[in-house]
Amino acid sequence: MALLEISGLHATAGDTEILRGIDLTLQPGEVHAIMGPNGSGKSTLANVLSGRPGVEVTAGTVLFEGRDLVEMEPEERAREGVFLAFQYPVEIPGVSNLYFLKAALNARLKHQGKPELDAIDFLELAREKMKTVEMDEALMHRSINEGFSGGEKKRNEIFQMTMLEPRLAVLDETDSGLDIDALRIVSGGVNSLRSAERSMLVITHYQRLLEHIVPDVVHVLAGGRIVKSGGKELALELEERGYGWLTEDAA
Amino acid sequence: MSSEHTAESFAEREYEYGFVTDIEQESLPPGLNEDTVRFISAQKDEPEWLLEWRLKALHRFLEMAKEDVEPSWAMVDYPKIDYQAISYWAAPKKKLDSLDEVDPELLETYDKLGIPLEEQKHLAGVAVDAVFDSVSVATTFKAELEKHGIVFCSFSEAVQRCPDIVRKYLGSVVPAGDNFFACLNSAVFSDGSFAYIPPGVRCPMELSTYFRINAANTGQFERTLLVADEGAYVSYLEGCTAPMRDENQLHAAVVELVALDDAEIKYSTVQNWYPGDKDGKGGIYNFVTKRGACRGKRSKISWTQVETGSAITWKYPSCLLQGDDSVGEFYSVALTANRQQADTGTKMIHIGRNTSSTIISKGISAGHGQNTYRGLVRVQPKAAGARNYSQCDSLLLGDECGAHTFPYLEVKNPTATVEHEATTSKIGEDQLFYCRQRGISEEDAVSMIVNGFCKDVLRELPMEFAVEAQKLLGISLEGSVG
Amino acid sequence: MSLPGWAEDLRREGAEQLNELGLPTTRMEDWRYTNVSAIGKTRWTGSDGRGDDVSREELERLCFPVFACHLFVFVNGVFAADLSTLRAGSPQAEVRSLARLLEEEPDSLRGVLGAQASPKEAAFTAWNQQELRDGAVVRIPERADIEEPIHLVFLSEPGTEPTATHPRVLVLAGSRSRASVVEDYVTLGDGTFLTNAVSEVVVEPDAELEHVRFQREAVTGHHVSSLHARVERGGRLACHSISLGAALTRNDARTTLLGEGAEASLYGIYLGTGRRHIDNHTTIDHAVPHTTSRELYKGVLDDHSHGVFHGRIIVRPDAQKTSAEQSNKNLLLAQGAQIDTKPQLEIRADDVKCSHGSTIGQMDPDALFYLRARGIDGDEARRLLTRAFVSEVSGALRFEPLRDRVEEQLVELLEEGA
Repeated sequence: MALLEISGLHATAGDTEILRGIDLTLQPGEVHAIMGPNGSGKSTLANVLSGRPGVEVTAGTVLFEGRDLVEMEPEERAREGVFLAFQYPVEIPGVSNLYFLKAALNARLKHQGKPELDAIDFLELAREKMKTVEMDEALMHRSINEGFSGGEKKRNEIFQMTMLEPRLAVLDETDSGLDIDALRIVSGGVNSLRSAERSMLVITHYQRLLEHIVPDVVHVLAGGRIVKSGGKELALELEERGYGWLTEDAA
Repeated sequence: MSSEHTAESFAEREYEYGFVTDIEQESLPPGLNEDTVRFISAQKDEPEWLLEWRLKALHRFLEMAKEDVEPSWAMVDYPKIDYQAISYWAAPKKKLDSLDEVDPELLETYDKLGIPLEEQKHLAGVAVDAVFDSVSVATTFKAELEKHGIVFCSFSEAVQRCPDIVRKYLGSVVPAGDNFFACLNSAVFSDGSFAYIPPGVRCPMELSTYFRINAANTGQFERTLLVADEGAYVSYLEGCTAPMRDENQLHAAVVELVALDDAEIKYSTVQNWYPGDKDGKGGIYNFVTKRGACRGKRSKISWTQVETGSAITWKYPSCLLQGDDSVGEFYSVALTANRQQADTGTKMIHIGRNTSSTIISKGISAGHGQNTYRGLVRVQPKAAGARNYSQCDSLLLGDECGAHTFPYLEVKNPTATVEHEATTSKIGEDQLFYCRQRGISEEDAVSMIVNGFCKDVLRELPMEFAVEAQKLLGISLEGSVG
Repeated sequence: MSLPGWAEDLRREGAEQLNELGLPTTRMEDWRYTNVSAIGKTRWTGSDGRGDDVSREELERLCFPVFACHLFVFVNGVFAADLSTLRAGSPQAEVRSLARLLEEEPDSLRGVLGAQASPKEAAFTAWNQQELRDGAVVRIPERADIEEPIHLVFLSEPGTEPTATHPRVLVLAGSRSRASVVEDYVTLGDGTFLTNAVSEVVVEPDAELEHVRFQREAVTGHHVSSLHARVERGGRLACHSISLGAALTRNDARTTLLGEGAEASLYGIYLGTGRRHIDNHTTIDHAVPHTTSRELYKGVLDDHSHGVFHGRIIVRPDAQKTSAEQSNKNLLLAQGAQIDTKPQLEIRADDVKCSHGSTIGQMDPDALFYLRARGIDGDEARRLLTRAFVSEVSGALRFEPLRDRVEEQLVELLEEGA
């Protein structure tokens, strides 16, 4: 069974129709990239998958392991294993990263019927995972994303991902605002999580991220539809030729 | 489910301590006159000077009532109180000599509140004075404290045991005629806590008073006096609950603190009086005067309060910074939900040289709650080098509540530095969604964000209280889904 | 001179209100720091306008170098046509004497004059309305874009008896217009006077208006003013209140944001020297969603002066997406100088971003030392730093000559002291 199956998806944000018929299937273990110009609907797709309020599905279905994802509350999706690495991670003053992550992890473990982690086990696990994304522990004791640089925020997203071990990871423009070193660290973290059970949807505007996280399939999104799909070489072609030759048809 | 929904449930939280204790009580019939005062004074076997002091306050109050000078400037709205319709005395019938004689029903009450009074269950490291309606019913760890020369007992007992100290300091911080409610209290105060820490003594445990209003139609008027002598230190906690009743009940307490040279008093309150139901029926009117005098050099008084209860709160714990280099602090969380109204804040009066004060106030409004910060920072002409920093933040949940900020800064000395900042915001949709995307339920997310918002204040509380306060803010969310 | 009936009604209403209210006392919350009993005790005489001794040269000495702009002069509250000029070439702005307009087109202001400034609960506004006679009416037609400021000079020339004038200004900025109006208050001579000015301002949709009150009257008199402004959808209003003179100054500025997208910026500078008393009350009322306000008031208080700032921000229920920022900063320069500041937020909507801040402090000794260490003498260093302190506010003025004049005069007056 496919891990994620999107068929005929239409979605609106406010009064505007953004997604206009998306079909996409992700098998377990696959990494798909979604590329496309600004305003093509990439982030809206991520929002639909994670259930952000304000985005409404008007037609079509989204099945996650055969179950209707659209019907689920955002936290339910998260506990089922859908993880969104935010394009703009928010700051939450006064709530420490570690406290937050422990609550999140235990919510997921509880949902899976597994024993929750106590403070000591949790910290041990967290320290181990911090290394994979070269996260400074001092940062983890600070409030969520407060005073973090752009790169630190993105690294924190990937760190959370390594802790929560999702089934489906949606990376929304994770490369934006990263310098080359941070990009290397972040993609290292992502690659370490690639496995036969886990699928990823990597949303990006540029090809450079895909040099580090090599996708199985590349889709081009334009005007709310997938206008072309291909192998990883499609990304290179886009880099050279831009989006113009594809979007003209879509418009 | 939307965040409005959670905010709504948040606003309609249930009150946990609303039970009534069925206990034999005696109380005075409603009414306020000289006889009322004489009766109260006689019950307590008070010396003549104290009766005179009360009577003077009574006459002053009756004058004030006639002139109709009940404070009206606060941003709270309540029907006129008939001061003749209140009973000014209620007490469990049985008189007590020791804790063993405490009515089991009463002990159970305190157990339910999580405050065991029986010796074997004592909270480790916390000495408790329990005040039930008008009287103190039990004080724990007395003997242990006496070893250090610390007096910690009910106010009535202190009048008998150390009349000189009481006489010297009573009304020295909050004079009998200070304000309308303080004046009423001075006439009819029933009981309260008293503590005296001798010079150089660091009180080895937290002192704590639990106030419980039980009887119907009674007002509660306790009076607390804490004196920290030179170089002494004490941390004092108070907690308050009351049953759910349909009519409003008046609570008009006075707290006076005195810190001499190098002394420090830390005073923490978790106030959870019955707030009334979601339509605003019932609940406590909490009209309280709290003031501390930093009389000595390098003395320090720190107020921390978590106000989640009461239908109306009118309360401004203040510091008179008289001694040079003295320090005043005020940390406050006030939560108003349903139809609750709170007008609270502080006054920092800088009189001595190089005095400094800090104000951190966090207001949370939900439902139809109205939350007002009102504070005064005054730097007198001689207070050279005075410093103040104030920060007042408001968090709004739901679109029918209000948050108001009224800071008064009055500076008469050019070497003073005064800074005030205030912000108002709502819980961000983005913040909520972020938490939910990580698998945290919406109500847990709200609770987490609210606690994060209050962190700077909660961390000022002693450990046991901090946990309780967090729980209290959390209770607000219990059963909020559905 | 006769007034149309409706204007007579306004005068009557003013008189009735004033009679009912009496002048405010310090027992009233809004007046707790400002005592106007001296004004109440004085027997004021009105003035029939100008003496003959005001010359153009005199005027130029008093006003900031009259740059090439539209100049309208009122002496003791009465329009002085011979001293006024409307620059040729930009006929877009209509500026009239209120008295003449009422005479020539008696109905043109019916329902407009007095629509913003209510005499209820406002004794000085009531008084002004009771004395309603002359003033300035400025109408900016739709889509007009007027580069040069419209400069209204109100010159007090008190006689031997204490003289009170009650100027009234009405500014109507038509939709999509852009203009700048400067009210300039100056004194000639050293008699006792009271200026009690009321300004009404309407900013129609998408108009952009700068309104400046530049008050530098003599310390022999009192200055009371109120500004009542309404900003409609998409309109932008920038108000500057600059108080450098008068023994007692009290300014009330109330701005209501009545249409979505409306914006108000309130700027204030006040200087206290000698025993001067300066009280600024501002209210910004966010009545509808999606409105924005910014406020920055700065005070410099020396000698035994007393400054008061009360800034009120109201966010009405349903006025979601309001953004309001307020800041009041004060420099206390001497033992004896005093400041009472009371920022106030009243917020009844939840989706808002509001903040305020107040600071009271001294001149930064490190900065002072730094300048001196570079060879700048102490007085000059203090001048520089004071000017730098207010320049954050004056920098928002559109016209550079005015900006310079404000800063220069502030420094001059500060040096003269009492």
